[in-house]
Amino acid sequence: MTNLLTLTRMRVRLALRNKMFFFFSIVMPLGFFFLYAGVFAKGIPKNVASLLGPVLALNVMGSFWGLSATLVMFREQGILRRFHVTPATATDMLVSSILANYVLTLPTVITELLLARFLFHVPSLGNLLSVLLLVSIGTISFGSLGLVIASVTNTMQETQVLNQLLWLPLIFLSGATIPFTYLSSLVQHIALFLPATYLVAGLKRAIVDNYGPEKLLLILGSLTAWFLLTLFLSSQLFRWEPEARIAKKAKLYVAATAIPFLLLGIWENRYGRVIAQERVAVERLDEADRAEHQAKQRAQRQDANQPDQDDSDHK
Amino acid sequence: MSHSVLAVENLTKRYGEVQAVGGISFQVAEGEVFGLLGPNGAGKTSTIEILEGLREADGGSVLVCGYDPQTQSDELKHEIGAALQATALPEKLKVIEALHLFAGFYKRRRNPEDLLKRLGLVEKRTAFYGQLSGGQKQRLALAIALINDPKVVFLDEPTAGLDAQVRREIYDIIEELRRDKKTIVLTTHYIEEAERLCDRVAIVDHGQIIVQGTPRELKQASADKTRIEVRLAREESEEKLRALEGVSDCRTLNGIYVLHCQRPPQAIVSLVKHLEAQANELVSLEIATPSLEDVFIELTGRRLRD
Repeated sequence: MTNLLTLTRMRVRLALRNKMFFFFSIVMPLGFFFLYAGVFAKGIPKNVASLLGPVLALNVMGSFWGLSATLVMFREQGILRRFHVTPATATDMLVSSILANYVLTLPTVITELLLARFLFHVPSLGNLLSVLLLVSIGTISFGSLGLVIASVTNTMQETQVLNQLLWLPLIFLSGATIPFTYLSSLVQHIALFLPATYLVAGLKRAIVDNYGPEKLLLILGSLTAWFLLTLFLSSQLFRWEPEARIAKKAKLYVAATAIPFLLLGIWENRYGRVIAQERVAVERLDEADRAEHQAKQRAQRQDANQPDQDDSDHK
Repeated sequence: MSHSVLAVENLTKRYGEVQAVGGISFQVAEGEVFGLLGPNGAGKTSTIEILEGLREADGGSVLVCGYDPQTQSDELKHEIGAALQATALPEKLKVIEALHLFAGFYKRRRNPEDLLKRLGLVEKRTAFYGQLSGGQKQRLALAIALINDPKVVFLDEPTAGLDAQVRREIYDIIEELRRDKKTIVLTTHYIEEAERLCDRVAIVDHGQIIVQGTPRELKQASADKTRIEVRLAREESEEKLRALEGVSDCRTLNGIYVLHCQRPPQAIVSLVKHLEAQANELVSLEIATPSLEDVFIELTGRRLRD
């Protein structure tokens, strides 16, 4: 436990001294927040609330990128092998990476929630316990994905390629950037196999529909199972030495980490409600927009009639 | 030999087709500085990394502080300190933070501030690792190796790549540890380092120990390579000098007669007598004792850095 805390403190300290960390973990997520809330949602509180889930999910998912790159850099530079000669274990190294990542991600998420509430006047942030659980389990599970990436790639170049290959479907198919209902039916059904889809959907339901953790058990459970699998796999494949290469066969083990969301995807494709809920949410938002639009038109008409009445009164 | 803290018996390690360590055996006593001397690729680093618990041996037995590095690595790591050959720390980690960080891993720990003073790093206390020179980085590596007050310190090529002055600074630090009776196992391909720092040396080549003993013993075993270099007032016949008692060979090089001797004292006495009889005079006389490099060349037919 002491080793874990010692290493976590070091990782947090090093991240705070890293300009890249500030850009990718603070400036970029907040930039996305203002883009979504200010531009896409036009600052309208209920629209901001509906886009808050995707923007938080982007922040949570992005953590795997920095985590994998740091661990591979530590291995390539021979930093890990220096720790290997101390009583620190592979599990200490891995779990401290996840803990540090969590500690570093949470303040940005909280800032985004506070900005939504007080700057964009979102009336309710939904069920905060669900939001906290989803953000926490999401951060550690996507962080753990970063550890697997670091374990199965041999060089920084390979790591960046794999990060890119995973990042693009995660953000474009999950509803985090392109609204889920804009995707074709086939792509929607494929996206049901991605953990990111459930993180985005879960956060939306928690914020917009006030879902408590009991209604999100399936998502929370799947993310937890995914985290445990990825952590176990990365501890099995962990390498301290820069020259140690992973066997090509071992890369196939990564397929095992897909099991929780493969099962959830099959279940959702058959019985699930994610796609239906997304449609309902969009329809509700459209309906609210239409109602608001009609109310505005009525008000404009009334304003236009008002001067005539005033004129006739004068007459 | 006093109580042995490290015992290696018939150690083997293979990487694919390459036999890196081919049946090495040695023991290190408490308070002793033991050196593995050999060229690059001789199997020194593989050996030391097996002792540290970083690599698994293929065969043989190893006990360090009473622990088997392969099966009792967790316990062992609290008892040893190491400065590895190819290693680094994060660039943005400060010197004092690095010491506190590593101190945090051990049950037994020394005061980081004391180590900074002892290793001359007080001025660099708050400097980032990335800002340190090669010598300062190596001194920090030594400080970290000592942070848990280890029973055995492993130093893998502690001065490799450093300039002569920095190398001497590191020697001073290691000599101080030696005076403190710290048990040290070091690997090196520098003759000077082995001769100056080690109580005992094992010469390693192609994964095997060719010979081991104190530097003095090893050089004595190669005593017939002692050279007496003399300048004479008048020319002398090489054959007559070669025939002198205690002289095994004689060659002339730029006016200097180089006598190879098995028994240097007899050779000098017979040389002086011979010169008196010939009414010749000694202008200068120098005795060049064999170095460990000579021992290595004699045993392997190659130079250390071939």
